[in-house]
Amino acid sequence: MNSLREKYTLVIGLEVHAQLLTKSKIYNSDANAFGSDPNTNLGVITLAHPGTLPKLNKKAVEFAIKMGLASHCEISRFNIFDRKNYFYPDLPKGYQLTQDRTPICKGGYITVTVKEGDRDVKLNRIHIEEDAGKSIHLEGERDTLVDFNRAGVPLIEIVTEPDIRTSEEAGALLSEVRKMVRYLDICDGNMEEGSLRCDANVSVMLKGATQYGKKVEIKNMNSIRNVQRAIEHEFDRQISLLERGESVVSETRTFDANDGKTYGMRTKEELNDYRYFPDPDLSPMEVSDAWLKEIQDTMPELPRALAKKYTNEYQLPEYDALVLTDSKDVAQYFEAICGRTKNYKAASNWVMGPVKSYLKELSLTADEFPVGPAIIAEMIELIDGGKISYTIASQQIFTELLKNPNKTAFEVAQQLNVIQDSNQDSLMPIINEVIKEFPLKVEEYKHGKKGIIAMFMGEVMKRSKGKADPKVANELLTKKLKEV
Amino acid sequence: MRTYATFREIQHDLQRGALTCQDLVRHHLSNIEKKSHLNAFLSVFPEEALERASLIDQKIKNGTAGKLAGLVVGIKDVLAYTGHPLQASSKILNGFISQFNATAVQRLLDADAIIIGRQNCDEFAMGSSNESSAFGPVLNDADNTRVPGGSSGGSAVAVQADLCQISLGSDTGGSVRQPAAFCGLVGLKPTYSRISRYGLIAYGSSFDCIGIFAKCVEDVAVVLEVIAGADDEDSTVSRLPVPQYAEELSRTLSKSYKVAYVREIDDAEGLQPEIRDAIQRKLDHIKNAGHSVDVIDFPLQEYVLPTYYILATAEASSNLSRYDGVRYGYRSPQTTDLQSLYKKSRSEGFGKEVQKRILLGTFVLSASYYDAYYTKAQKVRRLIREKTKDILKQYDFIVMPITPTTAFKIGTHTDNPLEMYLADLFSVQANVAGVPAIAVPCGEDKLGLPIGLQVIADDFQESKLLHFSDALTKMN
Repeated sequence: MNSLREKYTLVIGLEVHAQLLTKSKIYNSDANAFGSDPNTNLGVITLAHPGTLPKLNKKAVEFAIKMGLASHCEISRFNIFDRKNYFYPDLPKGYQLTQDRTPICKGGYITVTVKEGDRDVKLNRIHIEEDAGKSIHLEGERDTLVDFNRAGVPLIEIVTEPDIRTSEEAGALLSEVRKMVRYLDICDGNMEEGSLRCDANVSVMLKGATQYGKKVEIKNMNSIRNVQRAIEHEFDRQISLLERGESVVSETRTFDANDGKTYGMRTKEELNDYRYFPDPDLSPMEVSDAWLKEIQDTMPELPRALAKKYTNEYQLPEYDALVLTDSKDVAQYFEAICGRTKNYKAASNWVMGPVKSYLKELSLTADEFPVGPAIIAEMIELIDGGKISYTIASQQIFTELLKNPNKTAFEVAQQLNVIQDSNQDSLMPIINEVIKEFPLKVEEYKHGKKGIIAMFMGEVMKRSKGKADPKVANELLTKKLKEV
Repeated sequence: MRTYATFREIQHDLQRGALTCQDLVRHHLSNIEKKSHLNAFLSVFPEEALERASLIDQKIKNGTAGKLAGLVVGIKDVLAYTGHPLQASSKILNGFISQFNATAVQRLLDADAIIIGRQNCDEFAMGSSNESSAFGPVLNDADNTRVPGGSSGGSAVAVQADLCQISLGSDTGGSVRQPAAFCGLVGLKPTYSRISRYGLIAYGSSFDCIGIFAKCVEDVAVVLEVIAGADDEDSTVSRLPVPQYAEELSRTLSKSYKVAYVREIDDAEGLQPEIRDAIQRKLDHIKNAGHSVDVIDFPLQEYVLPTYYILATAEASSNLSRYDGVRYGYRSPQTTDLQSLYKKSRSEGFGKEVQKRILLGTFVLSASYYDAYYTKAQKVRRLIREKTKDILKQYDFIVMPITPTTAFKIGTHTDNPLEMYLADLFSVQANVAGVPAIAVPCGEDKLGLPIGLQVIADDFQESKLLHFSDALTKMN
């Protein structure tokens, strides 16, 4: 199969739905909350009672514009909402309010990082729409249950051009989108709970061909990994079909995570004519210059820009920049440390090391980390100033601070009696003592066995109860050894 | 108790203690009972209305009563009223009770009006004769063998037969003005967006207007100023301030107005000669009163009706999708699976006229015909609106008939529904253009059936429109 893959180009377009974190629904004031009891977040508008009208939640529009600005899109100033008509029990009005002809964001791109480097994936559009309720088919039950809590929850749909060529790129795009929506604070990005959903349009064509093959739409992939698995499977399946002289049927397929395969769904959906037309109940919405400016002014720094800052300005390795910007809370924590110390690499090491492993162990976010960034910065300064050693700081002081987060690092160091001694007057007697006690070793050192200095250092550290500043002690020791 | 011609007289008598709200409610309740054969009301709220009346009587004594204290109102069965049945005269909403008040209803209640019942109409406001109601036709009180017009037939007859003082109806293509004309009443369709549509069951959303039936222009004015205006629940409603229409009526009509009369209408096929004559006489009165009348051309006249039927049914096909038997209303007991739930519930729940319009609307929106019908009709609508506005830039009013004939016999158009659609020929222009229009009585035909005259004004010119119409009703 791998050699056959060489013959073909894989063409992928993604449609990513992100549930927006607004407090209320998109067209009424019912609560937008995940995990409420079924059919509790609903009023007459959600239920499409006769006589009800939608009213637009401006926050949802603002969120969509943020994603558009972050993705270099053109923002539509004049927005019309369209009705997409179809019958389904979880769709109360019998139509979904969406944007067909005038998406709020047009064009744009999202930069992703893959093995070969960075590349820009072109977007077709980002539009606003409402979610449907949830149909629940219980095993062995004849009836279908419907929960309307989700009906009317605001969504944005990010539609890429058929511009993706590998499942790796598809995965990279999804994780970039997830990172972006989290940085923008517009969606929690949780694919398992369905707040971020992805459909993939996949087709293949012979290498060098200019005409795309027939595309298949794959649904029901609830993780980035599964999106990639589904694409991989579909790549091979479509190649096999073509190699056997058959053709790919344009259809909707569902992904089964258990066997990693895709299965055709009823093709009926293909025949659906959604009869889109502008919704006469929602007046067209204009995005004014002032409003757009206001949104632009509140845009946070985005992960890619931050990572660039870390490598260029802070001189951090790319790996560090990537890890630190992976989630907004960690990046913010790191930034806060960097506001108080210029030793950025040390700050990075602290965050990537002890801080992150603690967060991981307890499944916390950086906002919930008990020790403030100022204290970490203080520790870095203490280490750099030779007052404490990194080992002592990371093993003893850090542990103690987690228990007493209100203390300063210096207070804890004092309490533990681990402030380093860099005072020559107090170190010299210890060094003299050690040299006197091991004359044979001194001889060995003088005859070229320089490694033996580690033994002397060990003794000095032992006798100073670990408080000797290793750098100073080493200097003094070397000097003294030359003299004797 | 005597029948009052105007709400002002009622208020006068209430204020001086010669009348109570309870008297008024009892009077109308007894008329409703006496005239129950007219089939104007689907539900009457006697205890509730009397209770409210006694409360408002007390308020009047205390001097704390609202602007509409003592106004007994009937509402068309397309307006939501909390805790009361609401079903657009359709079986598909069997058993449905509204959980909120329409904004217009809320404003009436806040001003201390009394709602006496919900009124029969054509199913989902689709019809021109009130014959498409699931609850049977409404009879014209002037001649019980004839229709009252539609779709707000019950609302018109209720005022005509003094079953209430005023009614709220809805006007999508003439559904207030046409029955007003058939029943000899004043009926206003305000500018589109002047009154919030929140709580009005949608038929053709971009045409739908709540309208007012009354015995005189003055009553229309006082109700309009209460129910019109901005509303957070309707994003399409106008935020323009609402004038004090009633107060402005009392100013003397000093201006000389320019009135246009459309030549194409005079030549329209099927226009009853007595209506043409009555209007000509009225135009003479207008001239005699010092206003000018010009005959003008409106070559788009023949496109008005098709444009309306394409766009209104397109919107209706989507607006009525929510009646699916899933969450409320009628569900067919024959349901076996999801498809049959939809098909059977909707086929059994909707009447023929509604089904016909849903099918028509679905067709014009379908992918293969969208541009040929829907897109083209939108373009023609814009032309009609522009042309109408052009005329209204040069003239204060356009005057025309409302209906080609006076009230016809029940069953006349049963076999030829297209003929029925022609009944809307003159009334839909105002809806297509979105401008305000009013029906005022203009004499009777040989059989003594009322003739109505229509006056159309420019957007948000209700004040001027009411003022002029009021003068018209007094010109003889």
